[in-house]
Amino acid sequence: MLKYFAEELLNKCSSLRKKWEDEVKKLIAKRPERKERFSTVSDHEIKRLYTPEDIKDLDFEKDIGFPGQYPYTRGIHHTGYRGRIWTYRMFSGLGTAKDTNERWHLLLKEGQTGLSTAFDFPTLMGYDSDSPRSAGEVGKCGVAIDTLEDFLVLVDGIPLGEVTTSMTINPPATVMWSMYIACAKKQGVPLDKIGGTIQNDMLKEFIAQKTFMLPPEPSMKLISDTIEFGTKYVPKWNTISISGYHIREAGSTAVQELAFTLRDGMEYVEHAMKTKKLDPDEFAPRLSFFFNSHIDFFEEICKMRAARKIWAHVMRYRYKAKNPRSWWMRFHTQTAGCSLTAQQPYNNVVRTAVEALAAVLGGTQSLHTNSLDEVYCLPTEHAVQIALRTQQIIAEETGVANTIDPLAGSYFVEKLTKEMEEAAWEYIEKIDNMGGMLAAIEQGYPQMEIANAAYKFQQQVENGEKVVVGVNKYVTEELQEIPILEIDERVEKEQLKRLEEVKRRRDDKAVKKALDNLRNACKKDENVMPYCIEAVEALATEQEICDVYREVYGVYRDPGFF
Amino acid sequence: MANRKLRIMVAKPGLDGHDRGARILARFFRDSGYEVIYTGCHQTPEQIVEAALQEDVDLIGLSCLSGAHKELFPKVVKLLKEKGADDIVVIGGGIIPEQDFQYLYDHGIKAVFTPGTPLEEIKKWIDENVKVREELV
Amino acid sequence: MDQQKLEKILNRIREGDVRVVSRLIRNLEDRIPEAKEVIKYIYPHTGQARVVGITGAPGAGKSTITDFLISSYRKQGKTVGVLAVDPTSPFTGGALLGDRVRMQDHAGDSGVFIRSLATRGALGGLSAAVEDAIHVLDVMGKDVIIIETVGTGQSEVDIMNNAHTIVVVLTPGMGDDVQTIKAGIMEIADIFVINKGDQPNAAKLFMDLMRALDMMQECPGGWKPPIVKLGTTANPIKYAEEIDELRKKIDEHLKFLEDKKIIEQREKRKARVQLINAIESQVLVPIIDSLEKDGTLQNMVEKIANKQVSAHEFAEEIKNMFCKKEQ
Repeated sequence: MLKYFAEELLNKCSSLRKKWEDEVKKLIAKRPERKERFSTVSDHEIKRLYTPEDIKDLDFEKDIGFPGQYPYTRGIHHTGYRGRIWTYRMFSGLGTAKDTNERWHLLLKEGQTGLSTAFDFPTLMGYDSDSPRSAGEVGKCGVAIDTLEDFLVLVDGIPLGEVTTSMTINPPATVMWSMYIACAKKQGVPLDKIGGTIQNDMLKEFIAQKTFMLPPEPSMKLISDTIEFGTKYVPKWNTISISGYHIREAGSTAVQELAFTLRDGMEYVEHAMKTKKLDPDEFAPRLSFFFNSHIDFFEEICKMRAARKIWAHVMRYRYKAKNPRSWWMRFHTQTAGCSLTAQQPYNNVVRTAVEALAAVLGGTQSLHTNSLDEVYCLPTEHAVQIALRTQQIIAEETGVANTIDPLAGSYFVEKLTKEMEEAAWEYIEKIDNMGGMLAAIEQGYPQMEIANAAYKFQQQVENGEKVVVGVNKYVTEELQEIPILEIDERVEKEQLKRLEEVKRRRDDKAVKKALDNLRNACKKDENVMPYCIEAVEALATEQEICDVYREVYGVYRDPGFF
Repeated sequence: MANRKLRIMVAKPGLDGHDRGARILARFFRDSGYEVIYTGCHQTPEQIVEAALQEDVDLIGLSCLSGAHKELFPKVVKLLKEKGADDIVVIGGGIIPEQDFQYLYDHGIKAVFTPGTPLEEIKKWIDENVKVREELV
Repeated sequence: MDQQKLEKILNRIREGDVRVVSRLIRNLEDRIPEAKEVIKYIYPHTGQARVVGITGAPGAGKSTITDFLISSYRKQGKTVGVLAVDPTSPFTGGALLGDRVRMQDHAGDSGVFIRSLATRGALGGLSAAVEDAIHVLDVMGKDVIIIETVGTGQSEVDIMNNAHTIVVVLTPGMGDDVQTIKAGIMEIADIFVINKGDQPNAAKLFMDLMRALDMMQECPGGWKPPIVKLGTTANPIKYAEEIDELRKKIDEHLKFLEDKKIIEQREKRKARVQLINAIESQVLVPIIDSLEKDGTLQNMVEKIANKQVSAHEFAEEIKNMFCKKEQ
């Protein structure tokens, strides 16, 4: 083991520290510090000062090392952002496919380098725009997609062989991915040339975001189907984005986000290995992750450093992957929506900038920065522009991308990274002992842990222990009016008309046949992807396909754990 | 000895699953001594109203973060009215722009609380505005 | 309350007026004196419904089983009433009633009525309220009434005594199974369910249960409590089939009670609990309330705590204060 500091230095440090502590004791006896206890936004206690003694047990090679080398604490790429800046990837989608396509072209013109799709709630839940359950929701929080016809409009003029597209879609991930694949085929782009991501992470839906459709087991089956299909035919596609973002938004601590996300990842790896007989090196390089960047600057940076390190260890030793690419944790980051406030909304620009900086110092591969108005509605064009510029300023003005992992070696940062790693392992082992993440979810364990953390934080805000500027401190009476983007009723009407028209002119027999084939595939436990593609090409609607899944696999409902 | 207790339903209409706020509220109401009925996510207005009637609640708190509040909240009020139960108070919360408040008030939503509202403020409003309702027969 | 009003309420209940029923149950929980008048009035109209009690440790899956049982009965054309009991927080007096979350899919079906009740912690109060609520749902015309409670403590056993058939739900690996079996529930169980029975240690639970059953006295009429194994809702279609099996077992048990004329015994068991609860709430509770009101109870508690006077001495004193005749 290669100790970080020589014994001599540590001895010196220890005697100096004692002297300093004596002085501090006298000083604070006269004038106490601002608080008795300091802690992160996750309520992780932070000491007054960190010194070499705090990291004396770290192993330089095994804990820190070099970028591009195991354990990747300092990043997965040898050249960090010097080689290539992270991808500016703004999550965007609104109204009809045409509305979103226009917004996408605007973002690409403004210098965005990747696309990211926000679907509306009916699409996310596997309902068509004409379902009674969709009333009032069509096109509201994202783009409404019912059939391939909509998808073709969505990607109109976008070269699918060049731009990568991320799709935040979970229970119906097979359907949206099939539509994307069908569009690529129409554009004449071979499947091994298209790149992008489907979120496709159902475990975090059961845990936190509650966008669910099928029970856990069949949900896992569909995910493993996509992993298998991607491995064989769409090798540049990330078939899953294992997400901590929503876990954090639901109120978890940073450590819970870290631990539950990685344990979810492990569950997917195990499922694909077991049910598809895949070797981890066949698919692990295409697993991607997605984290939240919250307002507590150092905690977030350390979380991301610890995440890379744990994942590398897990892939290398628990699953025996041999390809270093399987050890890489590549992740997207979004700044924390839950840190934004409706009060004094312009302050949100500042919060987002700080959070984005943390994500960059944590080594993210791509980044979405929230717009200042997202606590009210979908962002206006102007608000999106400020958010995108925030990233561009960090990347191209501030100089933080000049060197790799600039905070490494900080006593505090290295210590906190280690503490988070250890705390995450504790959770992971606990879940292992419960029989894995599916078993833990069934017991409501992660759900309850998050709910408790969320409630605790709320109480800390209520009693002023945690400050939220403009909410419980520095409150102003006068309102700051900001422009609001409203999705009007036109969208729902247009979309309903479109859907009706597609249903009228499609070949119903072909639709029925394709859906029957899909149903059979489900029942025979075949990979659903080829049949799903066939169904979308026959212009089956999203809901028609999802209804087949619901019929065969059953429906999952909110168990409402408390 | 008669012992009246306020019964409150916390409900999530619509398709969004963002239940952080709803769950915090449900818990807070329990800790404030109310009896709380929680419906879980993804409820239709019909499901919410039927549950409210069977549970004989005095107040329904709706939480919606999907932008469909203008459709869903008034629908709950309308269904209550149809069932002759418009004595049940309905309030709402979630991501709701200020400009929509009046529309919701006009459609029978008695109060709207957005993120950042102190929980005590909501409790105060309830204690001042919601009473156990009169006898039915 | 005059006869006319009582008659009107009775008719509303029989017509299935949800608001009247739910308000009446509320009034029973809240101990509004008029509500008792109503129960007295409607009582002769009860006796049609079959009552199924479901009990087991928290997290055993009782609400989910109830949800699927409702569907199973509905497929048979039977109407269903559900009374789901959740604990009141002893610290705040509040309660979070979350059982119905799992039953929300039955909304829109007028053949199903679901009501959550909080334990409230008052002496005898809970079981009294549940009993009376059963009467109300019975008069409302529900064919089957399912009562769901957390299976801990005497008051839950009391509630279960109102059921014709008692289903005890166990899950493997929750640690307290053997405890549950010991806790007096074993003796009153008519059917055992092993929920989440696809888990590895389910076989062990099954064996433990079999052994315990072997050592038990024979049930009246020679009924041998069956053990029904359920999987999980991870596979909802299979689970529904398994619940159909459970429902058949419940039906069998009811038929057994009727065939062997044991149902009268059950009714007497029920009547006894009801009477004892009624005495508790009509006699004991008012006494305690009045002692509490003028501070007498508090004084007594202090003296007992200070070891000055024993509880027995006070009890005798109270008896002399309130009971005119010696037994």
